[in-house]
This record gives sequence, structure tokens and C-alpha cells, in this order.
Amino acid sequence: MSEAKEEKIVFQRPKALCDVVTHYCPGCLHGVVHRVIAEVIDDLGIQEITVGIAPVGCSVLAYNYIATDFAEAAHGRAPAMATGMKRVHPELVVFTYQGDGDLAAIGTNELIHAATRGENITTIFINNAIYGMTGGQMAPTTLPGQVTTSTPRGRDTKLAGFPVRVCELVSTLEGSAYIVRRSAYNPSEIRKLKAAIKTAFQVQMAGLGYSLVEVVSNCPTNWGMTPLESLKWLQENMLAYYPLGDYKVKDSVKELMAKK
Amino acid sequence: MAKVLMKGNEAIAEAAIRAGCEAYFGYPITPQSEVLEYMSARMPELGRAFVQAESELGAVNMVYGAACTGARVMTTTSSPGFSLMQEGLSYIACSEVPAVAVNVMRGGPGLGNIQPSQADYFQMTKGGGHGDYSPIVLAPSTVQEAVDLVILAFDLADKYRQPVYIIADGMLGQMMEPVELPELKPPQRPERPWALTGAKGRPRNIITSLQLDPPTLEKVNLRLQETYKRIRENEQRYEEYMTDDADLLVVAYGTAARIVKTAIVKARRDGLTAGLFRPITVNPYPYDALRRAAEKAKRLLVVELSAGQMLEDVRLAVMDKRPIHFFGKMGGVVPMPEDVVDAMKKAMAEA
Ligand SMILES: Cc1ncc(C[n+]2csc(CCOP(=O)(O)OP(=O)(O)O)c2C)c(N)n1
Ligand code: SF4
Ligand SMILES: [Mg+2]
Repeated sequence: MSEAKEEKIVFQRPKALCDVVTHYCPGCLHGVVHRVIAEVIDDLGIQEITVGIAPVGCSVLAYNYIATDFAEAAHGRAPAMATGMKRVHPELVVFTYQGDGDLAAIGTNELIHAATRGENITTIFINNAIYGMTGGQMAPTTLPGQVTTSTPRGRDTKLAGFPVRVCELVSTLEGSAYIVRRSAYNPSEIRKLKAAIKTAFQVQMAGLGYSLVEVVSNCPTNWGMTPLESLKWLQENMLAYYPLGDYKVKDSVKELMAKK
Repeated sequence: MAKVLMKGNEAIAEAAIRAGCEAYFGYPITPQSEVLEYMSARMPELGRAFVQAESELGAVNMVYGAACTGARVMTTTSSPGFSLMQEGLSYIACSEVPAVAVNVMRGGPGLGNIQPSQADYFQMTKGGGHGDYSPIVLAPSTVQEAVDLVILAFDLADKYRQPVYIIADGMLGQMMEPVELPELKPPQRPERPWALTGAKGRPRNIITSLQLDPPTLEKVNLRLQETYKRIRENEQRYEEYMTDDADLLVVAYGTAARIVKTAIVKARRDGLTAGLFRPITVNPYPYDALRRAAEKAKRLLVVELSAGQMLEDVRLAVMDKRPIHFFGKMGGVVPMPEDVVDAMKKAMAEA
């Protein structure tokens, strides 16, 4: 018998991630982002003070995967719900998890006003340029020319207008403190995403205002691609219209980050 | 406590505060806006939450969020705003979280006008949003009763974990009357093991109205129906006024009932013995009590500030055992007591 060697764990399931099989399609980045959020919750030690709000969209069941107190909002209303929670329980860390249809179409008003009020909440925004859950219709973020089940000839901007750039929009609002766009198409981007989500939660905990992390994401199923093709398409098409970067980092946030 | 003279809307606001309302979310709309304005001053002063929301959609979902954390929470609005709140109220009912919503009704449909109306009765008492839910609806007819029923509304919302509505109208919201308010106490929350307050030292809580599996959603619905049955059994409230010897039983609630009371006194002077049956809970509707009261009378007259909505509940209670007449005014027109007396005489004269 060989001698027992002390082994170092280098990778394991975060405590804040439930040990269950998700309903997401193979290659969908929703699951990756869930894991990243769970890692941040573990790192910050906030599992017992965090409340998540799931949207209506493919991630409607996010509460089955991220192991904190959770609510499920009406389509688009998560930022209003988060406002109600946070105003009576400022000690909680409250985050919404929302898709592009949820956040930038039906829920635009709730988003804008939560941001402009400077609510101390965090939004994780999954931009996959499509309505995943309802079968691949046009989203507010669908690219010009992109084929969806409701733009069968490609998005014609004369008929359907132009895609919404959420970070650019929200960063103009005084109440927003930390507004950044990241992605998750490779490990290096995932690491950057994790750092951003961590900062966003810290901004909230320091009471510095509204924070939003957009994730340029994918939907292999409704894009009609293999997972790998979808990641390639994301990089070749989405990133040009939705450049990654920091759109708003208030001075107070910079000071906070310098201290950490 | 001494009585103070208060406007209906302000009395509703202060009553909520006395009931321990920890959070208020609303959006301006006449004839309700004084509640919002009053709360904007009082709530922050007491260290409680107040947000003027971006819309009634925002307001009702802020209510939903606060309710999920176990806070006593209220919103107030008027008819068009109440329509916008229906989706959120349906979610609140399905999620079984307590919340209080006040509708200071105005003339409709559409933008209508800002005068008193009772035309949202169907919407308020029969659900209003999607799905099988049945909110408790309390109908005050004086400012004092509005105070008492707002306080009761919070208790019932807690007890049954369901939305409770106050059905008021522009007349009640705008009129001033002397009221007695309970003492101001710090808000106290009953034990709420289901609330989202952070999963410290307990398994985590999830509040969702989504149940993809039909038998599971059926179970939720059966539990809701069980709650509504308990509510029907325990919470019916009504007032009878001069019904003992009445040949004509008038049925009215809220502002209409006030006018009817004056009309009854006038009619009796003319030899028409009339009485009033006034539901205080319009949902659960006091069907049995109304049936018993109707049996003592010869005829019924329903008076509403609508085209005849509660009329359907009166018909359900009385069936064809007695002739049922109707007198209603729409579009924010409020009848004078004399108009009601005329309607009463006509009802008794008709074959
Ligand atoms: C009021 C309302 N309208 C429409 C729907 C149907 N619906 C469900 S999910 C969805 C779109 C979700 O798309 P997105 O937010 O982009 O999320 P994804 O599925 O792409 O992650 C829609 C329109 C609904 N549930 N409620
Ligand atoms: S439909 Fe698209 S967004 Fe939804 S789980 Fe599948 S791949 Fe992900
Ligand atoms: Mg989407």
C-alpha cells in the first residue's frame, strides 16, 4: 500500500452552487455564469445574507442552482422587486439575474429607474441576443441582420429598429456606480467576469450605488449552432456591437477597488 | 385617544403607519395622491421605507419584493393604476405573501375622470389578474371605517398570506371626517419562517409562483382554495341598518351606502319602510347573511356607482326569491339621496 499523500484540492463545486443537474442546453453559458456567481458568493462569504431574484427567461429556475434565499420575479420586474427587498433590508446583498428580453424590453423601465435611483442592488445581465426560453424570437439586443424566429429574413432595422446597448445607456444615469460588460467565451474572460461580479457585489455592500455586469452570452440552441460555433459567432459578431469594457466606474468605486 | 379631523386619504396613510406598515410604494394618481404625499413625509421620518415608483408596475413589484422579506407593506392607487397592478397581485397571491393594496376608485373605463366611482368591483372582487385567486376586499363607507379596515387588512394579510384590498372611492378619499387612530408603535413582525431574509441558521427559502409540473401547481391551487374557504368561513362582515321592519331592502357598499342611509331616513318619513344591507367584505361576499335579510323584505334594490356589478352577487345570494331592482350612476356621477328615494319608490311601485 502506498503512503497517503496530502492532496491539495484545486477545483471543487462552490458551496453556493447546488449539486444538481441544470436544465440548460449543452454549451449554454447560463450555467457558467451561475457558477461564477456562486464562487463570488463563497469568496465574499455572503451566502447567508444574499437574496437572488430570478427572471422570466431560460434562467427562471436559477433559484434551483444558486444556493441562497431566492425569489422569482414577474417578467422584467426583478429590479423593482429588488428595490422593495433592499429598502426594508439594507443589510442584505440583493442581486437580479436577467436576460435581454427581461431586462431591455419588457423590464426597461424598472431597470432604468432602479439604476437612476442608485439602488444598492446588483444586476447580472445575460445578453444572448435572443429570446431563448420562448423559442428564439428577436430580442432587443438581436443584431441587425440576425435571423430569429420572428425575424426570419434577418433583423431589418427599418422594421425592427436597432439593438439596445444596455451598458452605454445605464452608464449615463447618475445613480449607476459600476457598469461593465464582460463575456465568458474562454477561461480568461471567465476570470475577468468573476472579478467584475465580485466588484459589483462589493460596490453594493459598500453602498456606492447601482451595479450591473453584462455578460455577452450565447444560445447555441436558438442560434442553431454547436456550442463551439456559438462561441465563435459571439466573438465575431456580438463583440463588435457590444464591446467589452468598463462603461462606468465611479471614483468612489475606484477608491474601493484600490483598497481591496 | 382624542378624535382628529382627517381627509380620507391621509387617514388611510396614517392608519397603515399605526398598523406597522414598514414599507410603502406608490405612484401619483388622482384621487389617491394624498396617500403617497403623506407617506413621503411620514415614512422616512419614522425610518421606514418609501419609494415613489416609476409606475404602478414598479410599485406593485416593489410591494412584492418587500412582502417576500416579510415586511408589512402597502400600495395605494386609483383605477387605471390598479389595472396595471394586476399581474403583480396575481404573483403575490400565488406566492402566498401578505400585502395590502388600496384602490381609491375613479370614473372609467379608460382614463375616465377623477370623480368617485365603484366600477372596479368586478376587477377587485373576482380576482382581476390571471389565475384562480380570490383576494380579500374590504369596503369602508366612512373615514373611521377606512382606518379600522386598513388595520384589519394588515392583520388579515398576515393571517392568510394573501393580498388584501381596500375598495374605496374618490369621495371617501377626499372627504374629511373625525377619526380615532390607535397608538403609534414600532412595527412588529410576526414569526415568518418563509421570508427571504438571508439563509442564516436555517435552510434557504425560495419564493416562486412557477410550478412547471401540473400536479404540483394543482397542489398550490388546492392550498389556495383551502385558504379562500377558511376566509369565507371566518371573515364575512356586513352591517344591517333598519332591516327588521323593512319592506324594501337596499343593498349598497362604500360611498353608495352612505347616500342610501340618508335616503332611507327620508323614505321612511314618506311611509316607505326601507332598510340597508351593507357588505363590509365584498369578497368574501356575505351571501348567507344577505339571503336571510332578503327573506324578511318584500323587494330588493341594489344601489351602486356603476352599471350594476355587485348586483350579480346580490342575485347569487337571493336568486329569484325576491324581485331585485337596480339603481346605478356611472362616469363619476354621484346621486343625491332624493334620486335614491325616487328609485326606492319606483322599485316598490313596480309590479
Ligand atoms: C408578461 C409576460 N410576457 C411574456 C412572457 C413570455 N416570455 C417568457 S421568457 C420570455 C423571453 C425571455 O428572453 P430573455 O429575457 O432574453 O431570456 P433568455 O431566455 O434568452 O435567457 C418571454 C417573452 C411572460 N412570461 N410574461
Ligand atoms: S435555449 Fe438558449 S439560452 Fe436557453 S438554455 Fe438553451 S442555449 Fe441556453
Ligand atoms: Mg435572451
